[in-house]
Amino acid sequence: MAGITFREAARKKILWTALLAGVGFLLVFGIGLRLQVGDFRNSGVPPFLRYQVVSAMLMIGLYTVDLLAVVMTTLTSVDTISGEITSGTIHAIATKPMARWQILIGKWLGFVAMSGVYVALMFGGTIAEGYYIGGVMARNPLHGGSLVFLECVVALSVTFMFGTWFSTLTSGVITLGMLGVAFLGGWLEQMSGFTEGSRLAMVGIVSSLLMPSEAVWRRAAFEMESPLSASLQFSIFSDISIPSAAMIGYACVYLFIALGIAVYHFSERDL
Amino acid sequence: MLPDYGSSSERRVPQVENEHEKSNDCVQEPTLSELEQFAIEIKHLRKVFGEKVAVRDLTLSVRKGEIFGFLGPNGAGKSTSIKMLLGLATATSGEAYVLGMPAGDVEARRKVGFLPENFRFYEWLTPAELIHLHGRLCGVSSAVLTQRVPMLIDMVGLTPHINKRLQNFSKGMLQRAGLAQALVHEPDIIFLDEPTSGLDPLGRRMVRDIIRAQRDRGATVFLNSHILSEIEITCDEVVFIREGEVVTSRDLRKQQEEAARVNVRARKLTAECIAGLSRWGDSVEVDDDRLTMTVSSRENLPDILRFLVGSGAEVFQFTPQRLSLEELFINVMGEDRGL
Repeated sequence: MAGITFREAARKKILWTALLAGVGFLLVFGIGLRLQVGDFRNSGVPPFLRYQVVSAMLMIGLYTVDLLAVVMTTLTSVDTISGEITSGTIHAIATKPMARWQILIGKWLGFVAMSGVYVALMFGGTIAEGYYIGGVMARNPLHGGSLVFLECVVALSVTFMFGTWFSTLTSGVITLGMLGVAFLGGWLEQMSGFTEGSRLAMVGIVSSLLMPSEAVWRRAAFEMESPLSASLQFSIFSDISIPSAAMIGYACVYLFIALGIAVYHFSERDL
Repeated sequence: MLPDYGSSSERRVPQVENEHEKSNDCVQEPTLSELEQFAIEIKHLRKVFGEKVAVRDLTLSVRKGEIFGFLGPNGAGKSTSIKMLLGLATATSGEAYVLGMPAGDVEARRKVGFLPENFRFYEWLTPAELIHLHGRLCGVSSAVLTQRVPMLIDMVGLTPHINKRLQNFSKGMLQRAGLAQALVHEPDIIFLDEPTSGLDPLGRRMVRDIIRAQRDRGATVFLNSHILSEIEITCDEVVFIREGEVVTSRDLRKQQEEAARVNVRARKLTAECIAGLSRWGDSVEVDDDRLTMTVSSRENLPDILRFLVGSGAEVFQFTPQRLSLEELFINVMGEDRGL
């Protein structure tokens, strides 16, 4: 089933369109970075400041990759379960000699692999551009990339979970809505750091517990940003409220619970 | 066929009288010999969606190696019953066995082929890729499929379209591809849900030939179709279901036991004589010297003729006519309720 998912994405041009959009993004980012570096050379800005600004640009680029990857993962996978149930396509598959969990996990693995490829290419491309054009490097790119990938898998598992219950449109709206809540909650928690407002921080924490995607990104940003840059708050991702390692553990547990619910409900429901 | 419920000539399934009898507790486990004899065995199967009873109390058996017609009006519970047999839906109560294994069992599904009604599949595949994929999902090796897939495509008449994607296929062509995927692993039992609804007469004939070929190789075919003329010339046995219960069945191989309509032209038909005919048939109509009646078995025809002559009627014409499946369907199901 994982192989079919990959082939479907390739045949339906989803994979190629996503990669083309990714190449477009890398092109724009690379041009922007080159222009900025060129302007710095002519303006006589001190090297220390140059480095911090280009590093902040790199973080913005990586954040864009993160958003693109999560939204791509959600949009490409939202129809795979609910759509096949609605159209009846699942009837010919679910009557084959395999357990329902194998069908669901197979599809999930296919999308996990696709997200992995997408994140690796986009993340790697952005990091490479930052290094070769801007002369800056993320602190822990592997940690950061892995966390962005984890965020995609969390979004994927939630999409699958709702896909076993609702129609394509409904599950897409719910999942994107949850990602929106997490996004807002993450920024509210970030803002709470400036005033040390515990009530605002609580809103952010509750949002992260409901959907931990944004918290995972903020941890990724913390892992990738240089300590100096973070302390000077050059970047909008200079986290004042840093999600703990326990929150990453929670995201992993959350992911497997969502996947477990998806498997259970898909196995038990009538098709 | 239906299990033997006593001496009823129509082999009518008795109504379950109370909820206690419907419970799982009263469903007896089928014996080993029953399981070996039957491809499908269903006992008191019931499916409820919320407050809607989709299948009330279905009990029937299908012998191995026969073509079995599953008939009923829209909303009779046919598709839901098939889904329960294939493990796509869970029964609320009752038992169902496919090839001696609980319905939906993974091992049972290994030997089952299924063509769903309105077959849909990944439209980005070509028919060869579709059949190959289904073969792989059924555990058939790629080496075997390399030889078998072109044969199947040829058998269903899709060779000229072998490189086209399914998105360009008509409903009939999709059904042909669907039929091929149902047969790719040479299953022991094949469920066909409306396999000819999108086909032209030549396509229907092809499906008929394929179904017979499957029976000849020993497979059982479970056929759900609204095209009764097709059922009549294809099936060995049919059951009629209504509201999720078997109403009656008919063994199409046994001509002598079939119901028939008799047209009689006779003089001196007395009221006593007409009343006396009702013992052989449930609808006796008289119009002057013409009498029409439906008899439950053709074996009663000599007795009826003897009775008429013995009652003093002067018989000029006595013509039995075979009751078509469509007429039987209408007799059994009554008028269209617009479902």
